[in-house]
Amino acid sequence: MSTTGGTPAASTNGTTPASTGKPSRLAGPANWADERLGIGKSTKKQLRKVFPDHWSFMLGEIALWSFVVLLITGVFLSLWFKPSMAEVTYLGSYDQLRGLHMSEAYASTLDISFDVRGGLLMRQMHHWAAHLFIGAMFIHMMRVFLTGAFRKPRELNWIIGGMLLLLGILEGFAGYSLPDDLLSGTGLRIADGLVKATPVLGTYMSFFLFGGEFPGDVIISRLYIAHVLLIPGLILALIAAHMMLLVYHKHTQWPGAGRTNENVVGFPMMPVYAAKAGGFFFIVFGFTAILGATLQINGVWGYGPYNPAEVTAGSQPDWYMGFAEGLMRIFPGWESVIFGYTVSWNVMIPGQIIPLTMFAIFLAYPFIEQWITGDKREHHLLQRPRNAPSRTAFLAAMVTLYGLLWAAGGNDILAVVFQLNLNWITYFMRVAVFVLPILVFILTRRWCISLQRHDSEVLLHGYETGIIMRAPEGAYSERHLPIDPERAYTLTARERDEVYELESGTNEHGVAAPNARMQRFRARLSAYWYGYNVQKPTREELLEAHEHAAHELEAHDDQHSADGHQFDGRHDVEGEELTHRH
Amino acid sequence: MRLLPTRSQRGPLQRTARRLSTHRRSRFAGVAVMLAGLLVTGGAYALLSPAGASSEVTDDATSVAEGRALFLVGCSSCHGKNAEGIVTQRGTQYGPSLVGVGAASVDFQVGTGRMPMAAPGAQAPRKDRVYDEQETAALAAYVASLGPGPAVPDERYTDVSDATNEDIVRGGEFFRTNCTACHNFVGAGGALPGGKYAPALNDIEEKHLYQAMLTGPQQMPVFSDDVLTPDEKRQIIAYIKSIDEQPGYGGYGMGSLGPVSDGMFAWILGIGGLVGFAVWIAAHSTRSKKKVEA
Repeated sequence: MSTTGGTPAASTNGTTPASTGKPSRLAGPANWADERLGIGKSTKKQLRKVFPDHWSFMLGEIALWSFVVLLITGVFLSLWFKPSMAEVTYLGSYDQLRGLHMSEAYASTLDISFDVRGGLLMRQMHHWAAHLFIGAMFIHMMRVFLTGAFRKPRELNWIIGGMLLLLGILEGFAGYSLPDDLLSGTGLRIADGLVKATPVLGTYMSFFLFGGEFPGDVIISRLYIAHVLLIPGLILALIAAHMMLLVYHKHTQWPGAGRTNENVVGFPMMPVYAAKAGGFFFIVFGFTAILGATLQINGVWGYGPYNPAEVTAGSQPDWYMGFAEGLMRIFPGWESVIFGYTVSWNVMIPGQIIPLTMFAIFLAYPFIEQWITGDKREHHLLQRPRNAPSRTAFLAAMVTLYGLLWAAGGNDILAVVFQLNLNWITYFMRVAVFVLPILVFILTRRWCISLQRHDSEVLLHGYETGIIMRAPEGAYSERHLPIDPERAYTLTARERDEVYELESGTNEHGVAAPNARMQRFRARLSAYWYGYNVQKPTREELLEAHEHAAHELEAHDDQHSADGHQFDGRHDVEGEELTHRH
Repeated sequence: MRLLPTRSQRGPLQRTARRLSTHRRSRFAGVAVMLAGLLVTGGAYALLSPAGASSEVTDDATSVAEGRALFLVGCSSCHGKNAEGIVTQRGTQYGPSLVGVGAASVDFQVGTGRMPMAAPGAQAPRKDRVYDEQETAALAAYVASLGPGPAVPDERYTDVSDATNEDIVRGGEFFRTNCTACHNFVGAGGALPGGKYAPALNDIEEKHLYQAMLTGPQQMPVFSDDVLTPDEKRQIIAYIKSIDEQPGYGGYGMGSLGPVSDGMFAWILGIGGLVGFAVWIAAHSTRSKKKVEA
């Protein structure tokens, strides 16, 4: 019997004890540093810190390393970029714009692209790294969400991660606006519109932001300081907090033999993860360099200097703002006039209220789930996505919604590339954003529950061997064999979901509890969220099933496998031939 | 017949009339009359029509006749036998009237293969041309003969080979002000409502670019010579051609469609590739490998 794709046994240490060899060449400098800085004591523990091994644990690392690439390339760019809106005459190498009047910011961006050695490569690497940074944060958070890694005690780290994502998006938007080309100016104009859609305060806020009427002459230098100092500083501080909490909480791990809620099984920081993570940094750096060298991103020279009177087709934000753009594009053009003042629902709702609500739900999810389950225990073992069907389905629905809005943000590109009718894309999206997430939620949940059923089946009745047995009366059946204990352990290493049940809601005197209504709601939610899940089999069920299986095997022993099955490749076929027994 | 004068009354005029009358059923009569008619109308048109609206082509009566013959076969089913346009029962245009659209329109629409349309639709797409150079000229001549309209531009406005860098820079300013809103910043094209679109501008003949501005085909507004002078149009063409020829300074441009295609590449290639590397790294653990060998 062989294992069929189960989790391999956790192996922390080698079988031979460590022995002292020749002193390392590093010993001298290390000792020197230790005697002066005392780093030996403080790092000894951290260097042997154990991390579990799984590819999905490295997604956050992509974000971290692309942030390092951003810092390195950003420093390079800041040496030449001039964050000024002062008007200059462009006299650089790019023919099509030479002699035009433009802001110093745009002229210096052109200089970086055409007249600074390696400048265009750095610009493109910076931009690609920004895409990867935010994209990697997304997939990292999806991993954390799907596996339940945000549960106690890691809720605060989830929120820090959410803030990092938000800051990353703001940082990206600020960077997008700096070159002061036609595209970035158009983006700022939309930002101006979003700010102005705030009732009463909108125009004041806009004037405050732009130092007067849009576009003014201060926004680039303001965004620059936010882009190179304020937001990166915050991001760095939050990354530090994020990592410190990661070390403090210890990394989550997949359940398996030897892996419990109380330990961490994996490899030590030194040398395994230092090598892996260090190597991954160079991979991310090299990958970004290849992207930056071969794929043109944001060719600012094509857009021309910003001029509020001009606009170009294909004016879109970078992808991470695409969902907000899509919301704006498909939202009906509602406006109302109250006491002579226009309230732009068509901008306020899709541009301010919905994105902020989505973000708030996203940050609050760990607490919402905790409130439904009432589970205040610590969790260090990950859940397979199928074992939290409603949560998995919720994410799938949210990803669907996000993807649809994202596509709606590029509706004109879709129309022109796939020769579709722009209006019909909009009409379709208006319906689809309501219908498809619900459909996806239902389908994903049923899918997860089916997978849970399958797990139960494998646990109780064994796996399908592919061997067809023929009974004396001619009936055929497939033989099932029990799975190996390690896999069975892994499959059962999860908790039973408890559906919160309302105690009568009134006390012995028939007086309703003060928060009875809330508790009733919680019970209903809990039943809906967890009530359909398939729970792992109980000890009795397992014993009974195994007994049954043993009987079955015995019963089968006097039978023979279907003729011809001896050639199924699983057996030695020497001397075998078709028996023609009936 | 009775009303005809008797032989004794015939004078020289009558004799001529008589001769014409006997030949009026001749095989060549129709052609001769038409030719004469066309010569007269064409000649009169050339003399009377406003300067600039006519060109050498319109004068050519044979060309007009040839064009009309082609028109009747290839165009009249939608535009009407006299190019007067056909109005549907619902009151919409089946094919618009072509009186006064000028030779430039025909040269653009037929020369880029947009006309004749293969099928009705939101917009006539650019395709391989059906009529050759000479046939297009004949059609243009015929349509131009129907009423005054813009003529095929003179080559000195469409030849941008000697455009200076200043021309190109100025053309770029005009381009960004007037064209990019629909045609995209490098002329990659863009969508318009109702399935219509602004087509891509790369690989288009200079003449056709000029004519498109001049005549405003389909959804495009007309940029008359009062709005953009012929020289300014030439500068725009020079700019379009210059960005068309410029190399991809930063590498592959991904369609030059703006940030949407960037996002697609960032996810599929960037995130996809790096996750692939993460899987690869996680699958290669020195220790676990040693364990397997042991």
